[in-house]
Amino acid sequence: MDGLMVPMEHVLVIAGLLFICGLFGLMLRRNIIFMLMSLEVMLNSAALAFIAAGAHWGQADGQIIFMLILTVAAAEVAVGLGLVLQIQRRFKTLDMDQAHGLRG
Amino acid sequence: MNTIALIPLFPLLSATLLIMSAGRMPRHIAATIGAGSVGLSAICVALLAKDFLADGQVLELTLWTWMSVGDFAPRIAFYIDGLTIVMMSVITGVGFLIHLYSIEFMWEDESICRYFTYMNLFVAAMLLLVMADNLLLLYLGWEGVGVCSYLLVGFWYKDPANGAAARKAFIVTRIGDTAMALGLFLLLTELGTLDIQPMMIAANSQWQTGDALPVLATALLLGGAVGKSAQLPLHTWLPDAMAGPTPVSALIHAATMVTAGVYLIARTYGLFLLAPPTMEAVAWIGLATLLIAGFTALAQNDIKRILAYSTISQIGYMFLALGVGAFASGVFHLMTHAFFKALLFLAAGAVIHCLHHEHNIFRMGGLRTRLPIVFLSFFIGSAALAALPFTSGFYSKDAILLSAWALEDIGPWLWAGGLLGALLTSIYSFRLVFIVFFGEAKTEPDRQPGWKMAGPLLLLCLLSLVGGWFALPLAGVFPAAAEHTVNHAVEWISIGTPLLGLLLAYLMFLGGQLSVDKMVASSGARALRDFWFSGWRIDQLYDVLWVTPYKKISYWMRNEPVDAIYNSIVAANQWAHHRLLVLQNGELRWYATTMVVGLILLLAVMLRNAP
Repeated sequence: MDGLMVPMEHVLVIAGLLFICGLFGLMLRRNIIFMLMSLEVMLNSAALAFIAAGAHWGQADGQIIFMLILTVAAAEVAVGLGLVLQIQRRFKTLDMDQAHGLRG
Repeated sequence: MNTIALIPLFPLLSATLLIMSAGRMPRHIAATIGAGSVGLSAICVALLAKDFLADGQVLELTLWTWMSVGDFAPRIAFYIDGLTIVMMSVITGVGFLIHLYSIEFMWEDESICRYFTYMNLFVAAMLLLVMADNLLLLYLGWEGVGVCSYLLVGFWYKDPANGAAARKAFIVTRIGDTAMALGLFLLLTELGTLDIQPMMIAANSQWQTGDALPVLATALLLGGAVGKSAQLPLHTWLPDAMAGPTPVSALIHAATMVTAGVYLIARTYGLFLLAPPTMEAVAWIGLATLLIAGFTALAQNDIKRILAYSTISQIGYMFLALGVGAFASGVFHLMTHAFFKALLFLAAGAVIHCLHHEHNIFRMGGLRTRLPIVFLSFFIGSAALAALPFTSGFYSKDAILLSAWALEDIGPWLWAGGLLGALLTSIYSFRLVFIVFFGEAKTEPDRQPGWKMAGPLLLLCLLSLVGGWFALPLAGVFPAAAEHTVNHAVEWISIGTPLLGLLLAYLMFLGGQLSVDKMVASSGARALRDFWFSGWRIDQLYDVLWVTPYKKISYWMRNEPVDAIYNSIVAANQWAHHRLLVLQNGELRWYATTMVVGLILLLAVMLRNAP
């Protein structure tokens, strides 16, 4: 029995598209804030896939993992924004191509 | 008995005190301690000698066992017989006079404290060398004096040339010392002991005269003696060693250390008597050295180098005496030589001191009236060196030449060579006197020697004059020499030769009847003079034979070809490291992209392998 109004394949395609959007955003954007946002998109696409799978098989695990991802994302944003502040203060820019102090 | 132990202890303690002060001791205290300690030793030696001359008792004193390895247990022990007494008297007596002289000579030097440290350490090591009852302790003293010689030759170390001279002295003597160490090993394994007296008894019972083993062992010991006493072929270090302060040359490079080789052979005479080939080699080495050094001294123009070559030549006489079996005459010449050569060096030092460090004899002249005490000293020293009748050198050199004459077979040849050497000695000694003290003055002295310089000079003058009348207490030490009939013609020739030399020197360098300039006018004669001036080109020969090849090999080896394999591994790693370093560019997006690409590749591989 399928508890979904829409077929799971559609949801998975959406999740995949979202993930690819986030991935390209991460690779192409130079602003650290946009990069963090792309990261959030990728996390949420994964979360969406979990929800869909949980609903498909009628298991609670998918939703539990979603809660976990939510917390991870919150923690990540808390740390990430702190880093963003530090980067802004130290390099006077948010362009990550300018901040390459770890060049070997 | 305890005075024996005190003798080397005083200078050793004083050296320790001076080292502890790290050069901060006020100079008058340093000088008092430095010279005073040697003076105390000299007093102890005098007391000891008085007792010894009274009863002739050989003294032995064991302080403690040095180490104990299996059967081998060398002791710190002293053995005092007539030979030791003679050596100790020379070392502390002449040593004290030279220390006293040094106070004035070195007074203006900022490192006078360091100077007395080294000098006292030297005296302590030299006393240890002559007092040792076993060859291992003797070797300790032997190396000790070598180190002190190195330190004192390079005393003015700020000039690189002095450092080079010090290294040369150290390395060249080290070659001989290595041979000597091998000789000690051989004696220890063959005879089971290094205690000198038991060893000679054991050698007598184990070995026949002329066996291969004693010849080899004595040849190795001779190697050490040749290095230390600056004989052919290891004599090249001594002229360069004149870079040190002049009193050092007087004490170490004339009176005491360089005669250590003579002492070694005399001390172990029992072994040498078992090896006639080595004895003959000793005689020939002595003869060759005294002639070559004599000719070289004729052509030099540095006052100290002339004396250095003359020292080499006189030690050649001592070797000649040892080689013909006249041990007592050799030691006798050692003592008189210590007196008159120390006198000559100290007088030369006074000249140098008063003439703003001038060494070239052709820039001196006319000093007879300007430095009368120095002139007197130098004249008496030269007379003794040339063996003019009734000076100390006359008696000792005469004894050597007569012993050489008495030897069968090769004797007359050795005698004739020695006689030629005596003629040369006389010519170069008086050449020095005539050029430096007569003629017109070229440099004016700016001071006169004070009492600390003049006192030792006058005392040594006295010793150089009467030193030949001392009867050395050597009767019990060496086997009694065979009585040889004295050939009066031979004796008159020996007496006449130095006088002939004096006359020739007068004609050449003062009277002007025989002009040296005319003699060297032809190119052949000039080439000969240059040849002698360079010391028979022996230094250049060694440069070509050893020094240059050694430097070349070092040059090739400086990149360590053996390590090339390991170095290439390191180089490959470093090369790869630099290539991979490009990936580490610090750009976040680049990292993210590479991660994505990696992930995709991984996925692709997994999907391909999936069933």
